[in-house]
Order: sequence, then C-alpha cells, then structure tokens
Amino acid sequence: MAENANVSNDAFEPLGKEEHLDNEKIAAPSLTFTQDAWRRLKKNKIAFISMWILLAILVLSLAGPLISPHQPNNAQPAYTNLPPKIPGVHIPGLDGTKAVDGGRVDAYQQQHVPSGKYWILGTDYLGRDLLSRIIAGTRVSLAVALIATLLDLTVGVGYGLISGWRGGRTDMIMQRIIEILSSVPNLVYMILLLVVMRGSLLSISLAIAISSWTTMARLIRAEALTLKSQEYILAARTLGESSWKIAWKHLIPNMSSVIIIQTMFTIPSAIFFEAFLSYIGIGIQPPTASLGTLISDGQKNFQFLPFQMWYPAVVLMVIMICFNLFADGLRDAFDPRSRE
Amino acid sequence: MAKYLLKRLFYLILTLFLIATITFFMMKLLPGTPLSNESKLSHSQIQMIYHTYGLDKPVWQQYLIYLAGMVRGNFGLSFQFDNQPVSYLLATRMPASFQLGIQAMIVGVLLGIIVGGIAAIRRNTWVDGTMTIISILMISIPSFVLAILLQYYIGLKAGAFPVAGWGNFSYTILPTIALAGSPFATTARFIRTEMVDVMSSDYIELAKAKGLTSTGVVYHHALRNSLIPLITLIGPLTVNLMTGSLVVENIFAVPGIGEQFVKSITTNDYPTIMGITMMYSVLLVVVLLITDIVYGIVDPRIRLQGGQS
Amino acid sequence: MENNDTENLIEVKNLKINFDTYAGKVKAIRDVSFHLKKGETLAIVGESGSGKSVTTRSLMGLNADNAEIAGGQIMFHGEDVLKKSEKEMQQIRGKDIAMIFQDPMTSLDPTMKIGRQIAEPLIIHNHVSKKQAMAQALEMLKLVGITDAEHRINDYPHQFSGGMRQRIVIAIALICYPEVLIADEPTTALDVTIQAQILKLMKELQEKIETSIIFITHDLGVVAGMADRIAVMYAGKIVEYGTVDEIFYNPQHPYTWGLLNSMPTLDTQSGELSAIPGTPPDLLDPPKGDAFAARNPYALKIDAEQEPPFFKVSDTHYAATWLLDPRAEKVTPPEAIAKRQAQWAKMHTDDGELVRPATPLNTADNLDDSDRE
Repeated sequence: MAENANVSNDAFEPLGKEEHLDNEKIAAPSLTFTQDAWRRLKKNKIAFISMWILLAILVLSLAGPLISPHQPNNAQPAYTNLPPKIPGVHIPGLDGTKAVDGGRVDAYQQQHVPSGKYWILGTDYLGRDLLSRIIAGTRVSLAVALIATLLDLTVGVGYGLISGWRGGRTDMIMQRIIEILSSVPNLVYMILLLVVMRGSLLSISLAIAISSWTTMARLIRAEALTLKSQEYILAARTLGESSWKIAWKHLIPNMSSVIIIQTMFTIPSAIFFEAFLSYIGIGIQPPTASLGTLISDGQKNFQFLPFQMWYPAVVLMVIMICFNLFADGLRDAFDPRSRE
Repeated sequence: MAKYLLKRLFYLILTLFLIATITFFMMKLLPGTPLSNESKLSHSQIQMIYHTYGLDKPVWQQYLIYLAGMVRGNFGLSFQFDNQPVSYLLATRMPASFQLGIQAMIVGVLLGIIVGGIAAIRRNTWVDGTMTIISILMISIPSFVLAILLQYYIGLKAGAFPVAGWGNFSYTILPTIALAGSPFATTARFIRTEMVDVMSSDYIELAKAKGLTSTGVVYHHALRNSLIPLITLIGPLTVNLMTGSLVVENIFAVPGIGEQFVKSITTNDYPTIMGITMMYSVLLVVVLLITDIVYGIVDPRIRLQGGQS
Repeated sequence: MENNDTENLIEVKNLKINFDTYAGKVKAIRDVSFHLKKGETLAIVGESGSGKSVTTRSLMGLNADNAEIAGGQIMFHGEDVLKKSEKEMQQIRGKDIAMIFQDPMTSLDPTMKIGRQIAEPLIIHNHVSKKQAMAQALEMLKLVGITDAEHRINDYPHQFSGGMRQRIVIAIALICYPEVLIADEPTTALDVTIQAQILKLMKELQEKIETSIIFITHDLGVVAGMADRIAVMYAGKIVEYGTVDEIFYNPQHPYTWGLLNSMPTLDTQSGELSAIPGTPPDLLDPPKGDAFAARNPYALKIDAEQEPPFFKVSDTHYAATWLLDPRAEKVTPPEAIAKRQAQWAKMHTDDGELVRPATPLNTADNLDDSDRE
C-alpha cells in the first residue's frame, strides 16, 4: 500500500513553522449580507426584470409632465371617445378605426379630426388624452402607495419597536390595542375615514396606512423581542448606550430585511386599495386621474371601447404583478434558509 | 378553556363597543342630513323628519339610544329608503352576500390548497413556476377588473352565464369566480410556503427514512401539518371577500350587502353605513373567534395548553 | 479498506459525493471506503462538516437534491444501493436500514399520535393490519422503556420529554427489526444523564433485535462503550480506523490524537484539555496533500505535496498518515497519547492476549460521573 511515491528523502522532514500552510482560506467568495442578498436577487431573473420594469414605470410617471403629449385634464368635447391612433401603423385597434356593425370605421374621419392630430391611446368620454391620463394616474397611484407605505412604516416600526423594546406592561397594553384594531375589517376604517374626510391624495394615503400598519408593528415587535436578548444588544446596554441609539444603530439595521420585505408587500396592497377606493367613488375625486378612476371611467364604455379600461387596467396589473414578483424575490434573497 | 373563552368574549364585546362608538361619533361629525332637499321644506316639516330619526335629541341621548338599539339588532331607519329599518334592509340583502361569500371561500380555498400543494411538491420545477405565476396573476388582478372582464368576455360575448342580476344558481357563477380569485391566490401562496417549510423539517426526513413514498409523505405528514395553520388565514380571507363583494356585487348587480354599502356611501345614508360597518365587524370578530377555537381543537400542541398560545 | 469477508453487510467502496453550490462543487466525500459486519457497531467519528452524515444519508438514498454521487459503490446484500431506483430504495428504508436522527424534539410529526407514527413502517413494509401494527407498536413502546405505554400510545409528541421522544424515535427505527440501524448523533441534543440512558437502551436493543449499528458522533467519549470499531473522518475522508481499543489506546493519526486529547477522561486533570487549533479546510477547494497538514503540529514536508495512503498497523487497524512511512522519523506523540500507548503495550502481554485496563478510559457507563459540558 505504501510503496508508491518516488519522493526525495527530505520530504519526510518535519514541516517547518515558517512553511505554515494556509488553511483558513475560504474558497467561496466572501460576501456581506447585502451583497449576498443582491447576488441571489440577481439570480432570480423574474424578480430582477420586475425591478427594472418598476423603475421604468416610476421614471416614466415622474417624467410625466415632460413627456405627456397632452394635458391630462384638458377636455375637448369635439374629440370624445376617439380610438387609439399611431400614424403609420395599420393594425386594427391602433389605426384610429373602431368596430361598428362588424366593419371598421375611421373614427377620426367621422369626428372631423384635423389630419395630423392623433392620440396614441385614444381619448376618453370627455375628449381627454388617455395616454396622458394614464401617466398622470400612475403617478397619483404610486404617490398614494408611497405615502401610505411611508406612514405605515413610520407608525408600524415605531409602535413595534416601543412595544417590543419596553416589554412588560407597556407591551401588553400595546398588544391588546393591536388585537382590537386588527379585529376590525380594514375596509371599514378606510370607508368611514373617507366618508368623513372626502377623498384626497393625503386622506386616502392616511386611510390605507391606518388599516395596514398593525401588520408591520407586529412583525417589528417580534423582531425586537428576539434581538433584545442577543448578546451584542445586551453589551450595548451594559455599556450604557441610550435606547434611541441602540434602536438606530442596532435594532433597525438588523431588522432591515424584515422591514424592506414587508414594505414591498405593503406597496402593492396600497396600490390596490387606492384603485379600489377610487373605483367605488370615494377615493381620488374627478377630474384628477388615478388608475382606479381611469378603470372606473373606462368601464362605462367597455362594451364599445374596451381599450379605455384595458389600458389603465393593464398598467395597474403590471405594477401589481411586478411588485409582487419583486417582493417574492426579495424575500427569498433575504431569507438565508433559501440559500443554495 | 372556559376562562379563555370568557376572556375572548370580553375582548369581543369591548371591540364591538369601541367600533360602535367610533362609528357613531364619526358620523356625527358629518355635515350631512337625511334630507336632500332641506331648503324646500318648512321648519315644522324639518322638525318632524328630525323627530322621526331621533335627530332632535342631544347627541349623548342619541348615542345611548343607538347603543341600546344595536344590542337588540336595531340600527335605526335608513335615510335612503323612507322609514325602512336598516336591520330589515340588511336582512333582505344578507342571503345573496352569504351565498356568494361562502361559495367563493370554498372554491378559492380548495383550489388554492391543490395548486399550492402541487407547487410545493414539485418545487423548483416548471410546474411550480406555472402555479406560482397563476397565483401571482390572481393576487395582482384586482377583483373589480376580474369581474368586469368575466362579465364582458364570458357573460356577454361567450354568453355562458347570466351577465348580471340574481336568480338561479347560474347567476352566482361569475361573481363567485370573481370573488374567489383573491382567496385562491392567497391560499395557494400560503400553502406553498407552509408545505416547503414543512417538507424541510426533520419529521419529514424521518418519514422518508421510514420508507414512505413521496405521496405517502405528503399525504400523511406534510399536508396535515400545512393545513392546520391555514385556519388562521380564514379571518383575513373573510376581510378579502368583504372588500371584493363591494365591487363584485355592484358590477353583477347582486342584491347583497356589498352593493347596498356602496349605494349607501354614495347617497350618504349614514344609518345604513353604520349598520353595515357594525355587521362586518361582528362577522369578522366572530369568524376570528371561531377560527381560534377550531385551531385549538385541531392542533394537538395548542389543545393541551387550554387554547392559548 | 480491503476486506474480503463475505459476511460484510454493507460495503462502501471509494464513495465520492459532491454538492453543487453557487460557489462551485463542494467535495463533501472524497473517496471513502468502509464496511459493516453483521451484528457489530461501527462508529464514525469526526467534527461537523467532515462528511459523516452525508456518508450515512447516502446509504439510504436520502441526500439533498444538489448532492451528486461522483463515484464509488455502496454494496448492501451484494447489490449497489446507489444504482437502485427511488422505489427500490423506499423498500429498503425503514425495513432493512433504519435511521435515528439527532434532534428528538423535531423528528416526530407534531400532529400525529405516537402510536401511529411507530406503526407506520410496519403498515408500509409488512402489510399488516392497522390493529396488528398498533399492537406491535405497543410492544415496541414497552421495549424502549416508555412507562404506562398502553395509555401513552395515544399521546402526541409534545407530551413527552426529549429523552422519551428519542426512545420513541428508536422505537420507530426498530419496529421492522432492521438489519442496519444508522444513529446520527442520537444523543447530542440530550442531557448527559439522558445520553447514558439512551446509549444503554441502544446496546440492550441491539442484542435483542440483532441489528448492526452505524453510530455517527463527534464525541469519541460517547462511542467508547458502544462501538466495536471506529472510523475517524476528517474533511471528507477516513483518516484512521480500527477496533475501539486500537483507536483509544494505540492511535496513530495526529488527528485522532487531537480528538482524544480534547476529550476529558477520568484521569484528566483540570486545564489539561487541549483543542485542535484551526478549522477544517474548505472542501470547495480541498488542499493538495494531507488535508489535516495545516493543523498538524507533526506535519511533514510531504504532507503538503501528497496525500498519505493507508498504512497498516494491524489486520484491523489502518491509518492514513505519512508518520507511519518507514522513511519518516519516529515522532513523540503528546504526553497523554504516549500514556495511552504505554497502557496499550501493557495490555498486550507477550502471548498477544488483550488485557483491559482496570479503569475504563471513558465509557458510556460512567458518562454521568464525568462532569462534561
């Protein structure tokens, strides 16, 4: 067995201390937590693409006033309900024709639209440019979602931190309050609040935030309870760091993945509720456009001009789908259990 | 167990009392009156109408009357339908909503279990991918968009089911599908996560080491352990259905609570809004209580500790 | 490991297993061979990540999805287990080869009555009626020492303590009277006193049921009273194997020395325990030469260049270290090891008969006396 090896005899000398072998080398690339999460997110193609689509939608909606071909609220009674028309394109549905009695009629000619005037996504029942309205509506919807999420974040994280960190009686009372609040259907809060305050960007955001912050607060409290008993937090407390400092320096950074993931799930739900409330008429008030009001308006003509609802509905669904996929991807990326 | 139930009951009543109070005073803040044409009426006429609705009494008296009435199931008179008690209005509209809600819950949850379960078993395969995409789609399409699409393409164009209205069973099919979308997607995602979690647990490995087939592992061990937590989802799903019913009933012209709620909101019919608000709250609180009790009965780990975690 | 005995129940030959990870292939098992005889207990000892569990999981075909068998054979009854289909493996699992897991708190299904869980393998493999299976489960429950078994058979796992749950897990594993029982750190999660009880129970049951045991542990102390033979694993390889006495009293590999030195014995003075410095190598890119070289104070120059082959110490004892090469100078092992070897020399009287020392070094029976953490 041992008769292999044509080795020189000095090979059997002891290995000197100076010839120390490097054993601590780690072959896998060393990654910080964020880098590792980012790597896994990038590997998740679907989530990654969703992220880019969302960014594109966000940029487009922010740049809305600059790129919109028309004023979103500018009604032109002469040019109502025009179908989409893109010059040079001859696909039915995009060439300015609409279906009438089985055939297609050039609606632009019928309504005597001067040549050269066109609306890429058509006009609505008041003659407003649908494309500009969708861009403006997306901006409003996203704004509502972001404000609501921000409120939800501040209140939820703050409440959860205090409850979890203080513990004891404070925690007990705060938890009872949450328990009571979460046994009321969130729909009820939202509707009552909006009936009293009337729909505006802020009141809707507030209504959505009020009905959703308890989830965040519960998650944060649970995290705070776990972190509280960790050694490094104990060490910081022993060293006399103030609670505020500990919360900023230790608790919140260590909760960041929970916070980010929950936020990513809150945004699509806020977008949904905005659309929902606007759709039933107590959300964003006309003439301001939001995805919900656009769908509601479009529905009225759905049978004859389906594009008026389809376009805003597609935008809404794309945003929702992308947010959900992205949030899923983020959760997987942050969850060490899913590490391969 | 009895002590736990009493405690829960106490919180239940406290919750409902708080909701009732908040609702009442919020409604009092509103400038609206039951009269849309107040200016045309004489002073005595207004007085008479105010008297009918009890609006001439001091607010605190109104509050007590309201509370006392509510305990007896009396929510006052509707502004919209002259002198019709809100409770009567609700009673006539409850059956349709309940039927739709229960149908949607059953369809959604059952389909969700099947789809979520298959996705978890075939984890990281194209089957899982397809199932995940379906559930993401269903969670991302708002119920009102789904309802409009179903109504137009399946009801009107294909003529498969009645477009709107309320009659025999076929009228319930489209609204049920539209309502079931959200519970379906939520259940599917929940079950998939739960199952994947359970499948990586030690007792599943032990079950495999016993020589169980993969179907045996799923059927005897994974499924049961993933289904039990599903009970906790029933509460949130009920809320989803309430939200959905508002728009879906409206779109399909179903004479249900949701449709009435939207109508009352647009016509400022405050007693009805308060009535429906209270009804929704009672429903959710009761559902939460029942699911908690059922959870305690079904999960042996909780059963012993007297129903509380 | 050459062995031409036909009574080998299990024979693992040149097993190589890789794990596909994002960073590359982790070579978890790098050419492992061993055998298991009927009725014996083989202990596989090594620190975490040395590949003990992976090796034994592959005996049952239970490795993770990203595990890839890169070579070798696992012969069981003359057939290669690695070539068997999942369906064939299901017939072996639980019936011929059964397994006990590390953590009894999580290895039982929380929502199923324990009686049913014990009876399950019987129902699958022996196709007995449910009633009959439950009767046998009750017998088994008594056998593993659950008091009031008649009533407790209808209890749920959470109603039992950790030690009791491990007894139940053992009952599940033994209900079909398997030929091989794999015990993967069965006592690690338990209190020391419970550990001793479980080990005692396993020994008793082994005699009653006539099963062979593969006992995986990181704790040499646990196997002393348990095993017939020991295989020491390091970085995905077996570095030394032999009978219990050979490993305990005449260890040859510096890694085995390290393991023995880090284990308290009855004559260990306080403060004498020494740890093996450093950490095991990253198996994503295993070092050239001897994987233990970097942590080995006795490393030779050749250790950095070539992997040592197995050197024969006795018919049953082999060690893979260049120190045994005739060209290498004799080294003096650490003091404690030298003491052991001296004892070994005393135990072997001139006629070659084995005499055990009066005081056992460390066995399961005296585990509760030593105050280890």
